[in-house]
Amino acid sequence: MNIPAGLKYTKEHEWIKVEGTTALVGITDYAQGELGDIVFVELPKVGTAVKTMQPFGTIEAVKAVSDLNAPVSGKVIEINSALESDPTIINRDTYGEGWMIKIEMSDPAELETLLSSERYEKLLK
Amino acid sequence: MSYIPNTDEDRCRMLKRIGVEGIDDLFRPIPQNLRLKKPLNLPQALPEIDLMREIEGLAGKNRSDLTIFAGGGIYDHFIPAAIDTIISRPEFVTAYTPYQAEVSQGTLQVIYEFQSHICRLTGMDVANASMYDGATAAAEAVSLALAKTHRAKVIISETVSPFFREVIKTYLSGRRVEIVLIPHSKGITDLERLRHTIDQNTACVVMAQPNFFGLIEDVETASDIAHKDTGLFIEAIDPVAVALLKTPADCGADIAIGEGQPLGIPLSFGGPLLGFFAVKKDLVRQMPGRLVARTVDEVGNPGFVLTLQTREQHIRREKATSNICTNQALCATSAAVYLSLMGRKGFRQVALLSMEKAHRTAEKLFERSNLKPYFEGSFIREFVVRTPVPAATVIDRLIEHKSILPGIDLGRFYKGMENALLVALTEKRTDEEIEALNKSLREF
Repeated sequence: MNIPAGLKYTKEHEWIKVEGTTALVGITDYAQGELGDIVFVELPKVGTAVKTMQPFGTIEAVKAVSDLNAPVSGKVIEINSALESDPTIINRDTYGEGWMIKIEMSDPAELETLLSSERYEKLLK
Repeated sequence: MSYIPNTDEDRCRMLKRIGVEGIDDLFRPIPQNLRLKKPLNLPQALPEIDLMREIEGLAGKNRSDLTIFAGGGIYDHFIPAAIDTIISRPEFVTAYTPYQAEVSQGTLQVIYEFQSHICRLTGMDVANASMYDGATAAAEAVSLALAKTHRAKVIISETVSPFFREVIKTYLSGRRVEIVLIPHSKGITDLERLRHTIDQNTACVVMAQPNFFGLIEDVETASDIAHKDTGLFIEAIDPVAVALLKTPADCGADIAIGEGQPLGIPLSFGGPLLGFFAVKKDLVRQMPGRLVARTVDEVGNPGFVLTLQTREQHIRREKATSNICTNQALCATSAAVYLSLMGRKGFRQVALLSMEKAHRTAEKLFERSNLKPYFEGSFIREFVVRTPVPAATVIDRLIEHKSILPGIDLGRFYKGMENALLVALTEKRTDEEIEALNKSLREF
């Protein structure tokens, strides 16, 4: 199970990578493994406001569909449109090319409520 | 004959097993004040012979002798006998899409063929396995647009079938969605009004081609207007008339829907009808209903399966765009058989004959008579006649005295149009029947 240190995690299996006031969001290696072959990702439009632990999109595997939750509040400033034509990127490289949205954070203090890699690993046990 | 499959003894045993005294005990959680304390207001049970007599008496009130010039979405087309023979095969007699692909290849293939026919008719990329009727298809199309755009305003032309509009309204009640009606000018949607009504909160524009008055609309311009603020354009079509017109896809529609009854399904009060629903590829994830796809199995044999089920409510639950998880399999089978039998040429011929007869009838009716065309626009197979007395009177008298159902009274749906009679033609109407209509209408 790949749980990179240095990222923050949600209980709902999203990861967030902070870069200054912006952050990249995706789903964890555990989540992509549980879903299996991902066939579709529905992402918000650039400019959409997102709220911490509220759904920003959905992800579909062959026989399951899940909400994607925003780890922090803010505004979507970029989406990974490569996922539209090939969502299996998430299965192959979920912490890299498989990122989903980039958020301009409105309340970086919210990061404190998220899980560290150690605590996320514990959650999975 | 009792229709209850278990005996008094069976029930006694079942109640004892779960530890209650009587059936009433099962309803105890329902508060006394909410319970009905008198028997239902139903007539006494009848012996089979009396029941048959009663039902036959009711059926005898049907006027199956009428010559039909009424349309408005439901048309009296010829239905080849082969359709009934094929759809009566026990393997096809079901109202449902089958879940279990392993034992349902035939049904799935027929539905796949139905979907393919609808794609050809509409020019769209994907059609679903059908919906209840044209009206629910229209309402589902609007729901799709609302879900896709996350907007809260729906614009509908007044020339869209009043039945469709009514069902859309019902579907949207309680959803905090604003419905704006665009009026018509001389029978055609007022596109200037549409241009001024559309805004960035508009989820979709709904138009009909031909419209409820039978007139041809400028749907291409309407679709351009609808797309200006990136809303969706929904086109409701008459599947027969569209054989002679540009397809919804060519006109820029994002969703094409309509009533499939003209495709080999009989006229009957209350249905069953057949809704068809087709979309551009980028909307397939939000499309309601079942979807059959062709695929290959492990060893490469072709086969058919239900696909993209994650759209549907049994997986997506409350987040599904629709709660429709079924289709009109038997009626869709009729349509698939009808279109296969008619073929490209035959089907076009049905449309051409209907149009030619409609234009001939209009010419006859308006020639030196007190009947006038209500609107000036171009039509395919249906047109509005201005009658010297209320259309309702005309209809009542022609049914009573001439066994002709001359059309639809538009006063039922449009204020001030009491003297408007909507007349429809199909390939079935003979010269004699047309002449009989002409003669009878001239008597007013």
